[in-house]
Amino acid sequence: MSTQNKAVVYVRLKEGVLDPQGVTIHKSLQQMGYDDFVSVRSGKFFELEIKADAADMDKKIEEVSSKLLSNPVIENYTVEK
Amino acid sequence: MKFGVVTFPGSNCDYDAYSAVKHVLGEDVEFLWHKTTDLLNSDVIILPGGFSYGDYLRSGAIAKFSPIMDSVIKFAISGGYVCGICNGFQVLTESGLLPGALIRNDHLRFSCKYVYLKVENNQTAYTSASKPGDVLKIPIAHGEGNYYNFEGDIKTLEDNGQIVYRYCDSEGNVTKESNPNGSINNIAGIINTEGNILGMMPHPERAVEPILGSVDGLKFFESLKLAFANLSIGG
Repeated sequence: MSTQNKAVVYVRLKEGVLDPQGVTIHKSLQQMGYDDFVSVRSGKFFELEIKADAADMDKKIEEVSSKLLSNPVIENYTVEK
Repeated sequence: MKFGVVTFPGSNCDYDAYSAVKHVLGEDVEFLWHKTTDLLNSDVIILPGGFSYGDYLRSGAIAKFSPIMDSVIKFAISGGYVCGICNGFQVLTESGLLPGALIRNDHLRFSCKYVYLKVENNQTAYTSASKPGDVLKIPIAHGEGNYYNFEGDIKTLEDNGQIVYRYCDSEGNVTKESNPNGSINNIAGIINTEGNILGMMPHPERAVEPILGSVDGLKFFESLKLAFANLSIGG
């Protein structure tokens, strides 16, 4: 029996914020001959393991996502459970 | 006048800042360990360069939650002088004490070299020893110094004179070629509207003695000394 729940938080740069990493990966794809790929945006994700009996978990996930895992000035996040 | 230099795990310019204040400027200075909360009656807090907490997650993102930062944030909000250099600037934007964010350099490389800075606003405690338009030769050393903010916020910074330093060429021309990291409008350093919190990517503490290649960084420290001398005279 599982004693933990899991959530995945995806953090992406906001639209319009330069993503030099994505641009470089895209250039590399073009050099490799994959010219069907129009653009690349990079991002990151965090896998959170959570106590099964934790209270207010949704609220806490939102809190850590906005306070620590992402920087609201440049990034958006989505939560997948 | 007393300076406090914060040491986070991974700070690597704390000794440079300490030495610039103590041995070159000749003022009192103490290190402030990240796990403590006492600012030891410092008049000016320096958040130094380096890679606090290994730059994990985002530069400055973990440092903002360290015990010393609780005190630094309270001090800054109540009008205390706080300056962040390089990683310290990243800590200030992550903490919300300064607007915007510092993202990856547009060319993706770590840049370590001397650059030229134009003093855009000399009406601050950090720049009063310079004349407007003065050009300072000061080194940078960063991979994430690309200042980003929304268009409207950039306009506010411009309109309020909050952009203190801009990257320029040796003649003071603000050009695309002189921008080492892709920062919007060549922004190298900004200040809050109240004028007590400053963040800058270049390292003035690394340009305070001829043997280091430039003494232009002294203007930064001398300005603060001047500002505090005036404060104590003015009461």
